[in-house]
Amino acid sequence: MPVSDDFQKAQRFREAALPYLDDVYTLARYLLRDASDAEDAVQECYLRALKHFDSYRGPAMKPWLFAILRNVCNAEYARRAHSHAAIEDTPGAADQTPMWQENEASPETEVLRSRDAGAIRKMIDALAEPFKETFVLREINNLSYREIAEAVGAPVGTVMSRLARARAMLRAAWTAEEEHSK
Amino acid sequence: MTCDEAQILLHALLDNELDAGHAREVEAHIASCPACAAELAAQREMKRVLADTKLSYSAPAGLRARIEASMPQARPQPSRRSVLRGFAMGSAVSALAASGVVAVVLRQDDQQRILSEVVSAHLRSLQAGHLIDVVSTDQHTVKPWFNGKLDVAPPVIDLTAQGFTLVGGRLDYVDARAIGAVVYKRRQHIINLFVSQTASTEHRPPKTQTMQGFNCRRWGERGLNFWAVSDIGGDELTEFVDKFEAAMKVNVEG
Repeated sequence: MPVSDDFQKAQRFREAALPYLDDVYTLARYLLRDASDAEDAVQECYLRALKHFDSYRGPAMKPWLFAILRNVCNAEYARRAHSHAAIEDTPGAADQTPMWQENEASPETEVLRSRDAGAIRKMIDALAEPFKETFVLREINNLSYREIAEAVGAPVGTVMSRLARARAMLRAAWTAEEEHSK
Repeated sequence: MTCDEAQILLHALLDNELDAGHAREVEAHIASCPACAAELAAQREMKRVLADTKLSYSAPAGLRARIEASMPQARPQPSRRSVLRGFAMGSAVSALAASGVVAVVLRQDDQQRILSEVVSAHLRSLQAGHLIDVVSTDQHTVKPWFNGKLDVAPPVIDLTAQGFTLVGGRLDYVDARAIGAVVYKRRQHIINLFVSQTASTEHRPPKTQTMQGFNCRRWGERGLNFWAVSDIGGDELTEFVDKFEAAMKVNVEG
């Protein structure tokens, strides 16, 4: 039975990349906020990844796939140009939310009410880029700072400040919603 | 350390990303700064709540199948050249495969093509040492293993008491699609039971065909297509399918 090189390559790729399908799909859902756009983007991501699999030298498969997915998503952002900005630093968006707010009432920890997954996903969805992306990569995809830096092509220091800001924004949104629902 | 620095570094502390030296510095600042201490506690609490919530998504089975289908598939279309190479290999199995060639070349209608792919998948499972992805004689281990890998849930039924031992399950590719294979053993003979989805929900009675020296019994039931392939005799394969169908009926109605 002739087994072509293409098939062997595809088989290696399958074993290396398909176990991360849920991770890649999760990131796509958060970045694109649309289930069917996310599916298209993930499929395109795997197509491109297979095409470039020959040049893949590691180290980790997950950040590599995420980097490819980001490029696919950026193309999708460009297509949607009027409604979304690409994943770039948008100083305006960042400045609107203060890094952190002093809790004047009491230094006690405010206990956040547990919310259902749907409500939390919505709050994460509402975060501005590139903070949302960094947050999802760290908190949901479980990448290390170094891997996030690799996937998004930014220095680790930038990753750290984006993550701090993302968490501050999320917490602000969370407490605001609790105030609102009281 | 200033509060501005601490407000960033406390996250790295939470994520265990700081080396011991920096971690001590942040902790020293936090010990002397109630505002930063409160922020650390609040962020720790948020992280805890987030960790307890399922925020990831699962890729739909259809997406997985589409990606699988877009990759180069295991089996190239049968050609005369591959047949000759089969001969050249000289093994008994290849000779069997080669003897079925006439049928492959002459009758390339859909049913026949799929049958030939099913038989090829059966052959591949014997040759390549890739018979089983999940090894278990327990149907409650094999069945959940398929979850999320396919757009169907293949019925996995233990027929050990009826003389057909469940040995495991596998993902295979037929007609450029991922398909479930449940593997049984009868003495030293392997039976591959392939299961795929079909639009038709009507019952199609089992029919045995022979190809490349293998018996293949196929039938349709409840929106699923089944192909049982083995080198055991036609009557034994019929017995297998009868027992499988009877057990499936009990499972559904019981």
